[in-house]
Amino acid sequence: MNFDLNSINVILPLLLQGLKVTVIASTGAVIVAIALGLLIAIVRRSAGRALRLAIDTVVTVVRSTPLLVQLYLLFYVLPLYGPAMSPMTTGILGLGIHYCAYLSEVFRAGIDAVPKGQWEAAIALQFNRLQTWRRLIIPQVVRIVLPQVGNYFISIYKHSSLLATITVVEILGTTLNYAGETFRYFEAFTLLGIIYFIVGFSLSRTVGYLERRLA
Amino acid sequence: MNDYSLTEFLMRIAPALGRGALVSIEVALVSAVGALLIGFVTGLARLSPHWYVRLPFVAYVELFRSTSSLVQIFYFFYVLPLVGIRLDAFLTGALVLSLNFGAYVSEVVRSAVQSVNPGQWQAGVALNMERAQIFRRIILPQAFPVMLPALGNYALELLKATSLVSLITITELTFAGSQLVQFYGRPTTIYLAVFTIYLVMALPLVALNHHIERRAGGVWQGKVRHK
Repeated sequence: MNFDLNSINVILPLLLQGLKVTVIASTGAVIVAIALGLLIAIVRRSAGRALRLAIDTVVTVVRSTPLLVQLYLLFYVLPLYGPAMSPMTTGILGLGIHYCAYLSEVFRAGIDAVPKGQWEAAIALQFNRLQTWRRLIIPQVVRIVLPQVGNYFISIYKHSSLLATITVVEILGTTLNYAGETFRYFEAFTLLGIIYFIVGFSLSRTVGYLERRLA
Repeated sequence: MNDYSLTEFLMRIAPALGRGALVSIEVALVSAVGALLIGFVTGLARLSPHWYVRLPFVAYVELFRSTSSLVQIFYFFYVLPLVGIRLDAFLTGALVLSLNFGAYVSEVVRSAVQSVNPGQWQAGVALNMERAQIFRRIILPQAFPVMLPALGNYALELLKATSLVSLITITELTFAGSQLVQFYGRPTTIYLAVFTIYLVMALPLVALNHHIERRAGGVWQGKVRHK
């Protein structure tokens, strides 16, 4: 099997186009995951027993089932009952919901790690609830959880390739389409692997740096 | 063919889903054994004092941790036959999952062994034990409990990841479900059934992990904290 170097000229621009979609999907998903995860962590703290049990159950169910099946449910089943969404929106939502379960645990631990004295300080300063969270607690939580959120962003980036299965033409989808048409599986997939590695490795180095800086 | 009642329909699809679930478990078990073997060898090799021993293992771990498991599965499935290596789909899937999770397990093993107090090595030397003996009888028994919470989490992740091999024609649970949808329609019932079966398979692991985490105390999120 020869590696056709000339085909790189064709494949590379295509893959970079696909990479753009991957990056958009991952970024969208991490925003959804952070928002939902933070919401869950905060609501859970002040929730009564029944609500807390309900939240924990949902989080466990989402965490214990495969993302692929969750995507199928959102993509093939949900439109039968609700509004149809574009594959991209479905994918971002699916990834975001899956990872909000993980992030809610990270945030919960992060909030617990804020010293108790900070809450007392907020009372002493007559901060109201919103002020306490926004100006005192969340800035400290962000510092504590940032490296872990970074690690989950890398997981989301890697898992975003699953969106190819619900017809999102991200970088893996692009590769599968191109290779299916031209039978250049070797060239296309090798380039895909190289690009995936370069981006993934840079991301993990960056998070590693963050981890050391904030430790 | 769509006019079965719900119970009738569930009875009809149960055998195919059951067979699929067994294949999922099979893939998970084979890959778990593979990942543990690869992970232990790699994790220990990375503790070698010689850089030329560490280098290939570092390269392997970084390569597999920086790319997507699905991309790895497709790569092995489409590219290996082109360079003359022919494996059947099941073996390909199990091999990739073993290599993928082996990379993560190796990090768990490495950091757990490093978390054992170096004084324990010196104690072993003082007792006139050999290196291998110290490792087997002093270090490993202390490192192993440190690994458990993270290994438990990866076991759950592995079970979920077996769904990916559905995309390379292995008729495990997810693929069995997709085939049934092709044949009968009724995606709601079928995919919810698949979802529920995955959940039921995961629950024992979830309970086990909960138990391990409570006993380990403070070790969580698949990360091993250094003592």
